[in-house]
Amino acid sequence: MENEVLRIEHLHKEFEGNVILKDISLTVHRGEVIVVIGPSGCGKSTLLRCVNALEDIQGGQILLDGVPVDRSSKEISRMRQRIGMVFQSYDLFPHKTILQNVTLAPEKVQKRRKEEVSQEAMELLERVGLADRSGDYPRQLSGGQKQRVAIVRALCMHPDILLLDEITAALDPEMVHEVLEVVVSLARTGSTMLIVTHEMAFARAVADRVLFLDEGGIVEESTNPGAFFTKPQTERAQAFLKTFDYE
Amino acid sequence: MEKEVILQYLPMYREALLLTLKIGWQGVFLAFIFGLLCALVRHMKIPVLRGVVTGYIELFRNTPLLVQLFFLYFALPKIGIRLSPEFCGSLGLGLLGGAYMAETFRSGLESVAPIQEESALSLGMTPLQAFRHVILPQAFTASVAGIVANVIFLLKETSVFSVISLMDLMFTAKDLIGMYAKTMECLTLLVVFYLIMLLPVSLLGSVLERRLRHAEFGT
Repeated sequence: MENEVLRIEHLHKEFEGNVILKDISLTVHRGEVIVVIGPSGCGKSTLLRCVNALEDIQGGQILLDGVPVDRSSKEISRMRQRIGMVFQSYDLFPHKTILQNVTLAPEKVQKRRKEEVSQEAMELLERVGLADRSGDYPRQLSGGQKQRVAIVRALCMHPDILLLDEITAALDPEMVHEVLEVVVSLARTGSTMLIVTHEMAFARAVADRVLFLDEGGIVEESTNPGAFFTKPQTERAQAFLKTFDYE
Repeated sequence: MEKEVILQYLPMYREALLLTLKIGWQGVFLAFIFGLLCALVRHMKIPVLRGVVTGYIELFRNTPLLVQLFFLYFALPKIGIRLSPEFCGSLGLGLLGGAYMAETFRSGLESVAPIQEESALSLGMTPLQAFRHVILPQAFTASVAGIVANVIFLLKETSVFSVISLMDLMFTAKDLIGMYAKTMECLTLLVVFYLIMLLPVSLLGSVLERRLRHAEFGT
């Protein structure tokens, strides 16, 4: 298809003899938001890390814009510029100010002009309500604020796709909302995203497509999140969703 | 103590201090470079070179500077490598210091969480860029105390330079005592001049440590 951004073909991942991911195939189109859910240890975070080559893979391939990504170091760095990633633990650079956190990679990796990058970074920080904190250091911010900065840091590279790896899992409950709101607004403005999350209400609101992963494989895939979350087809997905309900 | 004697000796000590400082700081500079290169090799896990680095570190950490200087100054000429005393001093100090700095940098590098590197890589940085812009500054902050201790240690080690006929502070003091036997004056001056050389480094070190701490914790 023409507007395909990312394609994963028969991805197979093993670690020390254990199969982590088996035969995962997935195509992400421009502007599409795909949410991956599943029990802990099902391999969903590993899936994102494999896409970004933070983990090596034992089989299958990953294509960006229809072109297979050669896993040589030079190609990998180029590929990663086009894939933004946000981690569970924010992982801002503690020795840099908020603004420097955002501008570092565009300046050093993309060699863009300092003024232009700073201006864009400030606009993006403004969008997530943190422009007034641009001179602060990460340790002065709350978890939710840090995570919003981490999203901005990824966005400033103009990635074709964003990978969000349980970005609210380390946050206090009252901060989850402020972060997910940013993601929802990104989804509305057409960002392409592959999201791993445990926030089911959020998943339902934001997803164009839901993948349910269990034991390293795709168990259920649905292009109708409303229907999936109300009544999943497979027993395993039903059992999983039930764990979020209380009598 | 005779005041006139002290005043009379002062210029010689000042001369010796300048020489000690010059060679000492050249050595410290070299130690930084060697230490950094070794840390980089170990961090990037470059095969073969890694083994060389380990060998170098163990060799220089486990032999006295005195022996290293003897080797550079007296043994190398036998195979046709003739180095000036000054160069021997800086190089010897640099090689010894490099081994210590490498270990200090290593513990600093190990204190940086691996996900910091992943975070940098995921932004498209090459491993070298991630090292330069993300890992090294944090490792440096974590190792400032160790680095300062190494610098002081190295500057003190200059006191063995006299064996390769460098007219450093120690040499000057011994020389004057040998000639005029003003032991008390000579040794007092020696202590004072070492303090003049090293106290500023200690103070600067603690200031640096405080200044850098702002960024130490919390990502």
